[in-house]
Amino acid sequence: MFAFIISRVLQAIPVMAAVALISFAMFAYVGDPVSIMLGQDFTEAQRQALIASLGLDQPFFVQFAKFVANAARGEFGLSYRLSRPVAELIAERAPATLELALCAAVIAMCVGVPMGVYTGLYRHSWLSRFFLTFSLVGVSLPTFLIGILLILVFSVWLGWLPSFGRGDVVQLGWWSTGFLTVSGLKALILPSITLGLFQLTLIMRLVRAEMLEVLRTDYIKFARARGLPNRAVHFGHALKNTLVPVITIAGLQLGGIIAFAIVTETVFQWPGMGLLFIQSVSAADIPVMAAYLMLIALVFVAINLVVDLLYYLVDPRLRVDRAAAKGA
Amino acid sequence: MPVVQEPPPGRGGAVLEVRNLRVEFPTRRGTLVALDDISFDIAPGEVLGVVGESGAGKSMTGAAIIGLLEPPGRIAGGQILLNGRRIDNLPYEQMRRIRGREIGAIFQDPLTTLNPLYTVGRQLIETIQTHLGLSDADARKRAIGWLEMVGIPAAAQRVDSYPHEFSGGMRQRVVIALALCAEPKLIVADEPTTALDVSIQAQVIALLKGLARDKGTAMMLVTHDMGVIAETADRVAVMYAGRIAEIGAVRAVVKHPSHPYSRGLMASIPPLDRRVEHLAQIDGAMPRLSAIPQGCAFNPRCPEVFARCRRERPELLEAGGTRAACWLYDPASEKRAAETMQHG
Repeated sequence: MFAFIISRVLQAIPVMAAVALISFAMFAYVGDPVSIMLGQDFTEAQRQALIASLGLDQPFFVQFAKFVANAARGEFGLSYRLSRPVAELIAERAPATLELALCAAVIAMCVGVPMGVYTGLYRHSWLSRFFLTFSLVGVSLPTFLIGILLILVFSVWLGWLPSFGRGDVVQLGWWSTGFLTVSGLKALILPSITLGLFQLTLIMRLVRAEMLEVLRTDYIKFARARGLPNRAVHFGHALKNTLVPVITIAGLQLGGIIAFAIVTETVFQWPGMGLLFIQSVSAADIPVMAAYLMLIALVFVAINLVVDLLYYLVDPRLRVDRAAAKGA
Repeated sequence: MPVVQEPPPGRGGAVLEVRNLRVEFPTRRGTLVALDDISFDIAPGEVLGVVGESGAGKSMTGAAIIGLLEPPGRIAGGQILLNGRRIDNLPYEQMRRIRGREIGAIFQDPLTTLNPLYTVGRQLIETIQTHLGLSDADARKRAIGWLEMVGIPAAAQRVDSYPHEFSGGMRQRVVIALALCAEPKLIVADEPTTALDVSIQAQVIALLKGLARDKGTAMMLVTHDMGVIAETADRVAVMYAGRIAEIGAVRAVVKHPSHPYSRGLMASIPPLDRRVEHLAQIDGAMPRLSAIPQGCAFNPRCPEVFARCRRERPELLEAGGTRAACWLYDPASEKRAAETMQHG
C-alpha cells in the first residue's frame, strides 16, 4: 500500500512538471509583463532595469528553474493587477470556492446516487421517467442559463434567496466560512445547485446504467436465489458493485467542480478563485493565471490518488499483493 | 385414448410436484409459449435429470420453480407444489423466504455466481442468518462447517478469502455450500458442472450427490451431459421445444429410449468401447419458439414421422418402461404403417 502511494506520487511529478512548463510559458508568450508593468511612459533605462530585476534577461532554463523552485514554496510572485502576492490572493479566495464545491459535490452525490439506484431498480415507473427527463435538462442546459433561471425564480420573483455574493462570513483563522451564518447558508443554495446540477444528472445516469448492468449478473440472480431480502440484494450486493466506476467519475467531477466553478462564480459574483481567475484573464494577470493552473493540476493529481486508494477499499481483487501473500 | 398424466396427480409424498406448467413470454409479435404442459414430480432424496438441447426449456423450468423467471416471462398456467403447498402464485416476499430455505439453487458458472466484493464467509453468513436467524458467531461456525463439508481445505482460514482467491472447482464447492447451508429439501442445479474442467466435474457431481443423499435432499439436475445424468440421476426427463418428450427411470431412458428424439440424443453419445467413423446426429435444428410446427414439435426431424404427427400433438403415453410424448405408442395409431406408405 505504502509503495503504491509512493509510486503514485512519483508518477505525479512529471505531470506537475509539464503543467509548470505550460504555466511558465504563459509568461513568455501571453502578453508582455514588462510593458504591462511600465505603463505608457518609460525610458529604455527603466525598461532594462525592470527586465533585470524580474530576471527576464537570464536564460530560459534558469528562469524556469527559479519559477519551479518558487512555485514549490507556494510563491508565484506579485499580481500585476492588484500588486499583491498571488499566494495571498488565492488563499483569500480558496475557502469560498472550496465550500461551494463541497456543497455542490454533496448535493450531486446525495441526490444523484439514490436517484440512479431508484431509476435502475424501477425502470418503468413514471417517477423514473420523470427523473430521466429531468436529467436530460440537467445535462443539456448550460450552467449559466440554469444559474440565471434560478436567480430569476428564487431571487427576483420569489425573493427567497440572495442573487449574488456569499452573505455574511465568519473568519476562522485564515479560513472564511459561510457555513456558520444564516445568510451565508442561504447564499450557498443557488450557486451550489447550479454548480452541482450537471454532476448530479451525470452521476444519476451513470449509477442507473451500472445498476442495470449489475442487476443482470449471475451473482445478483444467485443472491436472489438464496432468498436474500431485496434491500440486501440491491444495496449490499448491487450498489457496491457499481461503485468503482462511480467513484472514478465522481472524483474527476469533483476536480471539475473546483476547476470550472468559474462560470457559476461569475453568474453569482461569488468571491472565489474562479472569479479571481476570470478577472485575471481579462487583465492578462499572468502570475495569478499560472498559479491557478498549477493549483488545479495539483487538485486533480490529489483527487486521482484518492480515487485510486478508494478502489483498493472497494474492490478486493485489486489487493493483489495481499492475495499473493495468502497463496491463492 | 390412454393419456397418462406423468405422474398421476395426488400421488403425495413428493417434494416437488409440477402440474401442467405453462410459461409464456409476451412479445410485440405475440405471445411465445416457452414451456407447455410440463408435469413431473420429484420424491425425497430422488435426483431427476433434465436433458435436452439448448433452448429446450430446461433452465427455464428451473427458473420457474424457484420463482425467478426473467421478466416478461410468466407462469401462465399449471401449478408448482412444494411439499404439497402451492408456490407458483405466492407473493414475492413469501417466495423469497422459500428460496434458499426450502429450495436451493446452483447455477452454471461459479466464476460469476459469487459476488466478487465479499468474502465467501460473509456471503455464507448472510444466507444462514437470513434463513436461520443464528447469532454472528454461530452463523460463522456453521459457515466454516459447510465449507469443510464441501471439501474446502483449511476452511477456518479460507472463510475470510474472496471468491477470486479460489479456483473454479473450489468456487463451485462454495456455491454448493451456499445453496445447501440452510438445508433446503430441494436443489435445483442448473448445469452445475458445465463450466468446470472435466477432471473437476466428476468430483463436484460426486460431492453434490453425496450431500443430497446424506441430507435426503431431492434434486433437479439440469444438464446436457448424458454422462452426468447416467451417473447421478434416478429418473430423467428429456425436453424438446418447451415440452417433455420422454420421462422415466434413467436406465430405461438411456438404454432403451422410446421417443425418437431420445433415441437420437442417446445415439449421439460417442461410444467408448468401439471406434466410429461418424458421430450420429439428429438432422436439422430445434424450431424457434415462434415457429413450432403443428402437431408434434419434433415431426420435421423425426425419422419415423407419419401423418398424425403433423396434425395432433401427442401427450405422454406409456411406452414400455418410460412415458413418451409420441404417437408411436398410441394403440390407435396402429394403421400408421399404412399411412406412412400413403404419405411417403
